[in-house]
Amino acid sequence: MGLRIWAVMQKEFIQTLRDRRTLLLLLSIPIIELFLFAYAIRMNVDHLRTVVAGAEGAECYAYVQALEASGYFDVVAYVDDQAEVIRAIDGGRARVGVVFPPTFARDLQRGTAQVLILVDGSDFFPAQTAYGMAGVTAQDYGFSVMVERLERSGYDTRFLHPPLDMRMRILYNPDMSDLVFLLPGLLAMLLQTQTLVLTSAAIVRERELGTMEALLVTPIRPLELMLGKIIPNIILVILDMLLILALGTGLLRVPFRGNVLFFFAVSALYLLSGLGLGILVSSISRSQKQTQQIVMVVVLLGAILSGFIFPRYAMPKWVQMVGLLFPLTYFLGISRGVINKGIGWSVLRPSVLSIALYVLVVLGVAVVSFRRRLE
Amino acid sequence: MIDLQRLRAVLRKELTQLLRDRITLLLIFMMPLLELFFFAYAVNLSVDHIPTAVCDLSLDVRSRDFIDALVASGYFDIAEYAAGEADVIAALDEGRVRAGIVIPPDFAAQVARGQGEVLIILDGSDTYSVQAAYSAATAIAQHHALDLMVEKLRRQGQTFELMPVESSVRVLYNPTLDGLIFIVPALIAMLLQILTVNLTAQSIVREWELGTIEQLLATPIRPLELILGKLLPNLIIAAVALVLIALIGFVGMGVPFRGSVLLFLFLSLLFAISGLGLGLLVSTVAHTQNEAESITSMLMLLSMLLTGFIYPREPMPAIVRLVGDLIPLTYFVRIVRGVVTRGVGLTLVWQDVAALAIYAALAMYLAARFFHLRLD
Amino acid sequence: MDERVTLYARNLVKVFHTRRGEVRAVDGLSLEVHRGETVGLIGPDGAGKTTTVRLILGLLRRTAGESGVLGYDSMRDPFAIRAATGYIAQRFALPPDLTVQENMRFFANVYGVPRHEQRDRIDRLLAFAGLLDFRSRLAGHLSGGMKKKLALACSLVHNPRVLILDEPTLGVDPVSRREFWNLLNDLRAVEGVSILVCTPYMDEAERCQRVALIAEGRLIACDSPAAIRRQVAGELLECRPSDVRRAKALVAELPGVLEVQTYGPSLHIFVDRADERRAAIVAALEAAGIRCRGMRRIIPQMEEAFISLLRRRQEREHA
Ligand SMILES: Nc1ncnc2c1ncn2[C@@H]1O[C@H](COP(=O)(O)OP(=O)(O)O)[C@@H](O)[C@H]1O
Ligand SMILES: [Mg+2]
Repeated sequence: MGLRIWAVMQKEFIQTLRDRRTLLLLLSIPIIELFLFAYAIRMNVDHLRTVVAGAEGAECYAYVQALEASGYFDVVAYVDDQAEVIRAIDGGRARVGVVFPPTFARDLQRGTAQVLILVDGSDFFPAQTAYGMAGVTAQDYGFSVMVERLERSGYDTRFLHPPLDMRMRILYNPDMSDLVFLLPGLLAMLLQTQTLVLTSAAIVRERELGTMEALLVTPIRPLELMLGKIIPNIILVILDMLLILALGTGLLRVPFRGNVLFFFAVSALYLLSGLGLGILVSSISRSQKQTQQIVMVVVLLGAILSGFIFPRYAMPKWVQMVGLLFPLTYFLGISRGVINKGIGWSVLRPSVLSIALYVLVVLGVAVVSFRRRLE
Repeated sequence: MIDLQRLRAVLRKELTQLLRDRITLLLIFMMPLLELFFFAYAVNLSVDHIPTAVCDLSLDVRSRDFIDALVASGYFDIAEYAAGEADVIAALDEGRVRAGIVIPPDFAAQVARGQGEVLIILDGSDTYSVQAAYSAATAIAQHHALDLMVEKLRRQGQTFELMPVESSVRVLYNPTLDGLIFIVPALIAMLLQILTVNLTAQSIVREWELGTIEQLLATPIRPLELILGKLLPNLIIAAVALVLIALIGFVGMGVPFRGSVLLFLFLSLLFAISGLGLGLLVSTVAHTQNEAESITSMLMLLSMLLTGFIYPREPMPAIVRLVGDLIPLTYFVRIVRGVVTRGVGLTLVWQDVAALAIYAALAMYLAARFFHLRLD
Repeated sequence: MDERVTLYARNLVKVFHTRRGEVRAVDGLSLEVHRGETVGLIGPDGAGKTTTVRLILGLLRRTAGESGVLGYDSMRDPFAIRAATGYIAQRFALPPDLTVQENMRFFANVYGVPRHEQRDRIDRLLAFAGLLDFRSRLAGHLSGGMKKKLALACSLVHNPRVLILDEPTLGVDPVSRREFWNLLNDLRAVEGVSILVCTPYMDEAERCQRVALIAEGRLIACDSPAAIRRQVAGELLECRPSDVRRAKALVAELPGVLEVQTYGPSLHIFVDRADERRAAIVAALEAAGIRCRGMRRIIPQMEEAFISLLRRRQEREHA
């Protein structure tokens, strides 16, 4: 048995290594992804392009200055009226518009000034930032006007400060680096995607090209065939993982807080779930076209429903349930727990056991349906 | 140049093959629907109701007021009460909560002295929640502090209007900052791109892998006829899929469609053509369906990150933005946000339309140029 | 140019550039096929047969030399060549998810067969290929022999004047192989089609008017099968010694022996005069303790001729 598996493995290895382009793709895609994540994603938006309408008098300019000083708004144009502001936002030239009423200075004296802030709602993150920061800066500005007025009326403002202070402590990721958060998820995501793609493609391709028959007439058992095809893929995926970990923790300085050995052990378990899923997909699909469609769905839905990008607790209950179908969902908590939080077996025991159960079920179903397909 | 009989023959062959494989066809249509559906319900962009652990060591009026203010904001849900800071951290470690609030003993007296201090602890391994929690907590605390101060000034006899400026923020096109309105139009565009690129790349690379390309190339079929014969059925599929997902998105999910439907359909056609061209380019690079799959899933990821589909493009470094410019979705995301969400006409999005047209033409030209006419 | 020549290659060269260096797959090959003639391109695997026919059809870019079909150059007018030529690729290369009928229709349209002629022509060809009962079967589900017949029927749908077949009987059982060759013979004799057929099987060479033997991309001989066989010097003896290896070395040294080839357990011995040498060989073997059964004189076949010619050429080159 071992010899036959070895024979299949050799064939797979030779095919993989001969096909340098595929190999290059396999190894370079994760690296490219890592660097993109590291440098491309900023959910916090600042320097939003802003147009201002109806700004007249020192009071208005003081307010605009306060807006710009916050760093969130860059005034790119002064225009005449609200209609022009909306045109600028419609055309995408500005994200934010500030409209002062003609009576702004007078109202400010009376303490009833109103400013209208228009925000482009067609793009989410800029809108959210503008929405939040506009309120905060208005409050700041109002506070400074108030302090100035109290001073003028002879009040000693030296002791005037908010009586409540807030200290913020951000655990695991004090600099709020997106990468620290994304690296464990990216690893989990890649392990699943790569194993799934490699395994499902390997078997279906063989069948579509008709080389499966040649293998099946030899004394190789289906299980041996599967193992022989899978082990080289595992090695490649592990290589990918090590590469990302090395680059992420070495070059990009993401701290690895937990136990490396524990992490590898659970990763190995997790790999099996991706492989089981891959065999399952390849035994229910008839052509590479079908495999591709299914794999795309699994990858995309996995990314969304597992909590890789968006937190799971914010999803409806039934969507959370669907998320449990993806091994990524279980592993994500482990990966973040070990890498970011530095926790181990005692805390993560339920998650690890869930993965183990998942692996058992998926591999069992996969082997059964794979056998059935061959008959 | 183009012989209609030959073109029709290729068209019929492609359609027959597509229709014969019912399961694949079903998958082709089901996949975008499934993704649209889950995306719409799973993606909650504005994170609120963050599970929070509260450790109130003071238990007086001031501390309760502050906690009430946090809960009333809707951003924080109290998931558990903890006895000390260590318990809060343990709850965060185990992932039961994403935020913790620690209020020191004797809070009311400290506030009276003007020295109140609250500790907020956040789970930094979840940036999404952390950012929402961070800005929410900051704004709430600031507001609360100002309220306290104003109250104090009032008691000291200051009577004039204390907050002289109100800003009223109006979010255009999406007044409630609804994530669906933001994500559905772009998601439809994204799904259309995945579909066109994948179908095209796959259908051509498959001929190479099965070896059928040799028999085709040995006939008098011209490359242009072969390309057109392969692209047109895919364009039909893309059109049907587009109508389906657009109906579900705009009618079924009630996402407002403000612009001209005709203009949208016309520009989608242009976009679909650029997707077909991109798929053709992929097929000139990839030798096997497996390779094509690797490239297209890479493309999918890049499209998700770099085109402005989810993450804003403004803060990206110029070089990363440039990579995004190579993907047609970048232009089309801006176009749909303009035409569908803002309801503007061609005059305001013409630059992106022109860019997309140039893209489509260039991709087609390059693909036709590099399309293997020979086997070497 | 000679009116009768329908297909030619002159000093054709194809060099593949691979990671491991250059491969000269075709190396100065010259060849002609005349009207109504079947020419066999014969050589072992990797000899360059497939590459040669791909070059002639313009499917590959040639490195040097010339080739053409029906007066059209392979590089300048590939489409004119393809419109007048039928081709069966080595690997079965018809869309497997189209039925027999759909495949025929597809190729009829692609080759520009007028609509009103298609039905008759397809029926006739399916009958000719014995596939009438399998019209609605998927091409991918046909047996190996039927696949090849379908490929033949498809490549004949436009009444080509030239037919190029790359190992058309690969993976086909002996009965189907005979049938296939009968079909080819009808085409040539009745319709006057020129046929270039690649094959590694020496026995199929006998069914060609002329054969071109190639090895390592070079032409070794090109003549009628009988003439090729006659090129072999001397007469041929066959025997089955008990120890083939020792016997071969021993016999090769004997006087009058020109060449010795092994075929499994048998030894093929070329000698100047068979009747004279037979006894001496048997005696020499027995003296060395090798028993030798079934010594008889045989007529040299294409296979012996090919090996012999190949060897002579190698010896010439070494010298
Ligand atoms: N595309 C190619 N790239 C590199 N080498 C090739 C290619 N095609 C064929 N060869 C090499 O050219 C030689 C001739 O191959 P081929 O024409 O297929 O031989 P035959 O058909 O006689 O078996 C072989 O050594 C083969 O490896
Ligand atoms: Mg060959």
